[in-house]
Amino acid sequence: MMLFFYAGTALLLLFSFIKDRRKSKQALIIAWKRFVRIAPDFVLVLILMSLILAFLPNQVIAALLGNGTKWVSVIAAALIGSVTLMPGFVAFPLCGILLKQGVSYMVLSAFTTTLMMVGVLTFPVERAYFGTRATLLRNALSLMTALLVAAVTGLFFGELG
Amino acid sequence: MRRGKMKLAAAVLFFLFLGVSFIKGFYPGLEAGRNFRLFTLDMLKILPCAFILIGLFEVWVKKETVEKHLGEGSLFMGYVWAFILAGTTVGGLYVAFPVSYSLYRKGAKLSVIFAYISASAVFRVPMAIFEASFMGLKFTAIRFLVSLPLILFSSILLGRYLKKKDLRIEDGENSLKKEKNR
Repeated sequence: MMLFFYAGTALLLLFSFIKDRRKSKQALIIAWKRFVRIAPDFVLVLILMSLILAFLPNQVIAALLGNGTKWVSVIAAALIGSVTLMPGFVAFPLCGILLKQGVSYMVLSAFTTTLMMVGVLTFPVERAYFGTRATLLRNALSLMTALLVAAVTGLFFGELG
Repeated sequence: MRRGKMKLAAAVLFFLFLGVSFIKGFYPGLEAGRNFRLFTLDMLKILPCAFILIGLFEVWVKKETVEKHLGEGSLFMGYVWAFILAGTTVGGLYVAFPVSYSLYRKGAKLSVIFAYISASAVFRVPMAIFEASFMGLKFTAIRFLVSLPLILFSSILLGRYLKKKDLRIEDGENSLKKEKNR
């Protein structure tokens, strides 16, 4: 899997360099700048996750996000996703860690989709553009979309049964 | 800048804590150190490729060329271009709102605009590269393929209903400023 990822990236980069050297160099510069800009946040998330997972007993984590209370976890994840504001560049690495800790794809799907589509904290900004009614409706529809997507994700990863 | 200093302070504190835990043999501290090492190594395996792919995408696909096509052709093509434009949007909802205002001014349909907003939350290509790197291609593919029809459906619904209600999209930046001045 990892090898595939590296090979694909290398191949694309090679093609890019054959087609246009200057543009490709620029792509690498963009990649580096993006990385540097987000790096402090990365480190912070890594620190927080290391601490939380070290101090929280495994049983507690399992109970919070485990198998028994699947739907409760999904809805909790959707609510947390709705009220948090986090750049995806931080959210996905975080989800990657949680995935390895045994959190289900379904729960992470609910979290990431609401994180991006439903904005409780962005509500005032959205209202300024669209008015209260449209903003409420769009966010409600998005929440439903996120829950449906999570359910289907669970289905495909065999987490529903 | 001050936020940057706070982050630095947090990191320094963390490493001090790790150091003390190591000397004293404080178990949770050792555990945290092990977690940190594992997570960081994992991250370093994935990040270089993810960022290089994002860089390549941004160099080869220009937003302006996509914007030109919006509003051209049939309604169906309107949705297609809305999705493509969303794919090239950087920065999520905060950027999508002002863009949708300018789309509205240029005469785009309400339903197309709502499709654009939702899609720019879910389908941004740089974000998707990142997502797939950490969560696997299957996860990302499912999320995209399931939310695409749902977004289309709810945008059409929302567009129709709000058109009846005579929705006007305001220049939010202005009204926010006014509110602040009051």
